[in-house]
Amino acid sequence: MHRRVRVRTDRIAASAMRLCAAGTVLLVVVIVCALLLKSAPVLARHSIWTLLGSSSWQPLRGEFGFFPFLLGTLWVTGTAVLLAVPLSLFTAIYLSEYAPAAVRRLAAPLVDLLAGIPSVIYGIWGVLAVVPLVRDRVAPLFGVSSSGYCVLAGGVVLAIMILPVIIHVAAEVFGAVPRGMREASLALGATQWQTVTRVVLRKAMPGVIAAVVLGVSRAFGETMAVLMVAGNVAVSPRSIFDPAYPLPALIANNYGEMLSVPLYDAAMMLAALLLLAVVVAFNAVSRCVLARIERGMR
Amino acid sequence: MNRRRVAEGIARALMAASVATVLAVLLLIIGTVIVRGVPAMSWAMISQPPRGGFYLGKEGGILNAILGSLAITAGATALALSWSLPVVLCLNAYLPPRSPLASAARFALDVLWGIPSIVYGAFGFVVMLWFGIGASLLGGIIAVALLIFPIMARAMDEVVRTVPQELTDASYARGATRLETSLKVVVRQTLPGLVTAVLIAMGRGIGDAASVLFTAGFTDSIPVSLFRPAATLPLAIFFQLGTPFPEVQARAYASALVLTALILAISAAARLFGHRYSRHVVR
Repeated sequence: MHRRVRVRTDRIAASAMRLCAAGTVLLVVVIVCALLLKSAPVLARHSIWTLLGSSSWQPLRGEFGFFPFLLGTLWVTGTAVLLAVPLSLFTAIYLSEYAPAAVRRLAAPLVDLLAGIPSVIYGIWGVLAVVPLVRDRVAPLFGVSSSGYCVLAGGVVLAIMILPVIIHVAAEVFGAVPRGMREASLALGATQWQTVTRVVLRKAMPGVIAAVVLGVSRAFGETMAVLMVAGNVAVSPRSIFDPAYPLPALIANNYGEMLSVPLYDAAMMLAALLLLAVVVAFNAVSRCVLARIERGMR
Repeated sequence: MNRRRVAEGIARALMAASVATVLAVLLLIIGTVIVRGVPAMSWAMISQPPRGGFYLGKEGGILNAILGSLAITAGATALALSWSLPVVLCLNAYLPPRSPLASAARFALDVLWGIPSIVYGAFGFVVMLWFGIGASLLGGIIAVALLIFPIMARAMDEVVRTVPQELTDASYARGATRLETSLKVVVRQTLPGLVTAVLIAMGRGIGDAASVLFTAGFTDSIPVSLFRPAATLPLAIFFQLGTPFPEVQARAYASALVLTALILAISAAARLFGHRYSRHVVR
């Protein structure tokens, strides 16, 4: 008698769990559809290319040019990537190739800790430390005056936020390179650094790119920290000392008032959809690469 | 020959500099929060909600935000856990590894993991509009649950995947059903990892501001109802820092100290539980 109850419980659980798994897939579809549906009014009014290419941002007149915001996002993200990639790759190489086991054990929780710090805290630190530094030291060094709330400040803060992401994934990818390959290279008389650049890095290259892409997509969607330090002026930046107004900051800043202006909410949803599309594309590509590496190493 | 030695030296120097920079930044951030936060800290800050004129520098504290953040995080964690555990068990025990549903669900988790929190906030807001709910504790819980669900599920999936096949095979051979095997063998075997996954997701949830910005709103009173707005620590920090008064900005530093302490406590708990619950694990 027990057996029948147990088997029936198992069957019920199976369908419930399957429903949960299907719900996960459905959620992605629902999110995309909801944002598409909500941004449809503004897409019906202007073509997507006008919206992306125009610099005229006048919600009250129904003009929504996303160009300055796209460019702001690109500037800030680009600065962050340029700063973060060398730092994080050198750190990841050190941790996986050079560091003694004790250092490695100590470093892992610290990197995780850096990943766990909330973005508002990074924002506060940016306002207290990075903004004054840029205003008083870095900008005068280049002979320009800047409020400090600019692309560079946003880039520095973002760079620090994506460091742990890249370090973590890259160190994992380096760790997946077979030990025998290193030993073969060292046995042929190569120095450790030659082994790193010509064997480990070459073998791990797709994974390193995937790690960087993951970092980029994280930077792309980051909101609060950038909102606090990037300046938020709706003009395309011309240098790293100009303020920028990235897409996520635009959404966060205008949510309150958007419901009172026609099409404004649709434009905000379109901004969210753009963000989603870019980030999802980036993530999907890097995940596919990483999954392939994982399978290849097994 | 010599050039190779020089390159080795330069590379080592660059690596040392990079590691030092990363560590220095971590220390600088935590140091800044402590140095600025401790002087502004007081018992009133964590024991009282804001009083009249709080945002002009008068009496009060951030109890509303502390309780709001805890309530939202607890609710969101419970919600995300009750969804991600079945998904993970289903992926590993019920579905064959190459089944279409399993690969679709894993890909969906990857996609969801990458969605920025501001998009979850916007999506949550749209859903709330459809159901006619305004900014509320419930809205915040749902948005944060959506945000942390993929983080939790992917971390759990990674842990559960490491369960040796012999262990589950032994359980099946004794006549246990898949459900019994999942709950009594797989979950027990991976409990330390599962707890760590939940705590990591919790840490992400408590610190996120962009997802609760439109969904939970902000209020000066202590959260009592699911359908009223609720304050959160990250937003309290953001708003206090945005005022022009130095006294209020100092409170933002104190609030940041509270948030950082909570995060550190959660992350320490994650490490501790990882060791504590490992006594049932078969090695």
